Amino acid sequence: MTLAVPSPAVAALFASQRRRIAIAGCAIGIGLALVAVLSLGSGAVRIAPERVVAVLAAWLTGDREVLASREALIILSIRVPRLILGALIGAALAVSGALMQGLFRNPLADPGLVGVSSGAALAAGFTIVLGDRILGTVSAQLPFILLPIGAFVGGLASTLILYAIATRHGRTSVAVMLLAGVALGAFAGALTGVLAFVSDDRQLRDLTFWSLGSLSGASWTKVWTVVPLVLPVLLAVPLLARGLNALLLGEAEAFHLGIPVQTLKRAVILMVAVAVGASVASAGVIGFVGIVVPHLLRLVFGPDHRTLLPFAALLGAGLLTGADLAARIVVAPAELPIGILTAAIGAPFFLWLLLRRDRSLDA
Amino acid sequence: MSPLLEARDLTAAFGGRKVVDSVSLALGQGEMIVVVGPNGAGKTTLTKLLTGELAPDSGEVLIGGDRLSAIPPWQLAARRAVMAQANRLAFPFTVAEVVRIGIDGVGRALTRSGREAVIAEALEAADIGHLVARGYQMLSGGEQQRVQFARTYAQLRAGHVATDRQVLFLDEPVASLDLAHQIGLMDCAQRLAREGIGVIAVLHDLNLAATFADRILVMSAGRCHACGAPADVVTRATVRDVFGVDLCRDAAAGGLPVVLPQHRDAPPRYAPATAAAS
Repeated sequence: MTLAVPSPAVAALFASQRRRIAIAGCAIGIGLALVAVLSLGSGAVRIAPERVVAVLAAWLTGDREVLASREALIILSIRVPRLILGALIGAALAVSGALMQGLFRNPLADPGLVGVSSGAALAAGFTIVLGDRILGTVSAQLPFILLPIGAFVGGLASTLILYAIATRHGRTSVAVMLLAGVALGAFAGALTGVLAFVSDDRQLRDLTFWSLGSLSGASWTKVWTVVPLVLPVLLAVPLLARGLNALLLGEAEAFHLGIPVQTLKRAVILMVAVAVGASVASAGVIGFVGIVVPHLLRLVFGPDHRTLLPFAALLGAGLLTGADLAARIVVAPAELPIGILTAAIGAPFFLWLLLRRDRSLDA
Repeated sequence: MSPLLEARDLTAAFGGRKVVDSVSLALGQGEMIVVVGPNGAGKTTLTKLLTGELAPDSGEVLIGGDRLSAIPPWQLAARRAVMAQANRLAFPFTVAEVVRIGIDGVGRALTRSGREAVIAEALEAADIGHLVARGYQMLSGGEQQRVQFARTYAQLRAGHVATDRQVLFLDEPVASLDLAHQIGLMDCAQRLAREGIGVIAVLHDLNLAATFADRILVMSAGRCHACGAPADVVTRATVRDVFGVDLCRDAAAGGLPVVLPQHRDAPPRYAPATAAAS
């Protein structure tokens, strides 16, 4: 078979797209680095950016003199784990949002919005309150181990229920999905309320923390529980990009294009449950990252998942660490729970999305 | 050589009603079969059974001699391409991206310039080269349909690297197209058939069917009512039995039948000699 001469128009179009991706990639990378340095320098003790860089350099080279300083101690044992945790959770939430939007073929799907996060938080609440009562006597460590598992199971269960309710004959209804999400969220909220009712003062404080979302409890231990869950998801996600692109054309079309559709859907649901479960277990419910980040990226790059998914991880990490920085600055020396901040910014953004919606959202 | 596509005694039922009832079919290399029939006759369901989208309740489909259900999806994608009825997208892909998604899987063996060449050829085949950078959602229904055709065409071309025994399925491909593009698309499908690709198309326009088909399969209530050369199948009797309408029939140049719908109650405005004879 002979092929036509490569069309310069097609080649030029794809080349300009690649250029745009490279430029935006650099911009997001630089932004992320800036936020990191600022974030490590801000807090109860202010540390100048050049000192932050010096401590990080010492960390890498093993300069004992610098590492013994008070600044190094603050940066390395409090702020670095917080930064890493924020970046991982931001990346996980943004990627989960992009994955769910691809799965539901709908730009309004978001783990926080459709009740997946509340499901995870409810399960986390169960392990806090009941786990403490039933298992606390057996081992003090057990509830800590069960927390991420519980959050994962809760996230998985709500994703599966939501998918089963909103999808008929391979078509997902937007209205049903959002309404089912509202109902699931309300139900999870009611059960969480019951948990709050029966819990003691310490448990109540913990529960409130989960529902507001905060990175203030960050520690290396938390980082090491989140890394093995979130990192594999982030690394595996690019493998789904081609399948998700095809899925956006329709389930039958994806099958015709050679995508094992059922396997793909299961993989997406599992990954969302793991990523959201790990995030909720370590920082509570942080909403709207999953809807804001992919949407901003689509405005720049279009909806191609091969670009969208890796960039969602980067921008999600940058946005959440940036929000965490803001949460520590606005009411310093106290700090705002980060979930409040993301909701305060994300909810108006979501309304703006609805106001400027095109016909695609009415499908 | 075994037929490109063979269906044996296909039956599919929904809710106890047989939508496709014991349909058998063999599609040879380079052949175009056009499926016609009234709404609800089972044309689309038959297409879904033949493409593997639906599993039959009984009977089987063979593609290139292999059982359809035993072929892994990625191999199937190289052996057959499917243009389904018009569909909408919820995300703002450009025309070039939609066509590219068609070959992301099957075109992996190609180089970047090879893929770009396939996309360019497909855009030209569907006459949408001028829309390449436009958003798919902003296009008219007919333009969207041509983009879907280009995507299917590109998939077929990219799959050609792996096998030259391919089948193209077109489910009402011209439903939203103007006359020129209807003929352009069918011409293109016929060119592909001349290269050895087997084509199965579902159409409503009997004249278009008669002009381009090697064989016409008339479906009625899930069954194959008639199947054969256009001149033998598109007859007054068949059309009255299957569609319940009377029409004029004439043999145009080359012996192809031409049909004209008649007003139910009015006397025929146009009544050529063969209309009375058949």
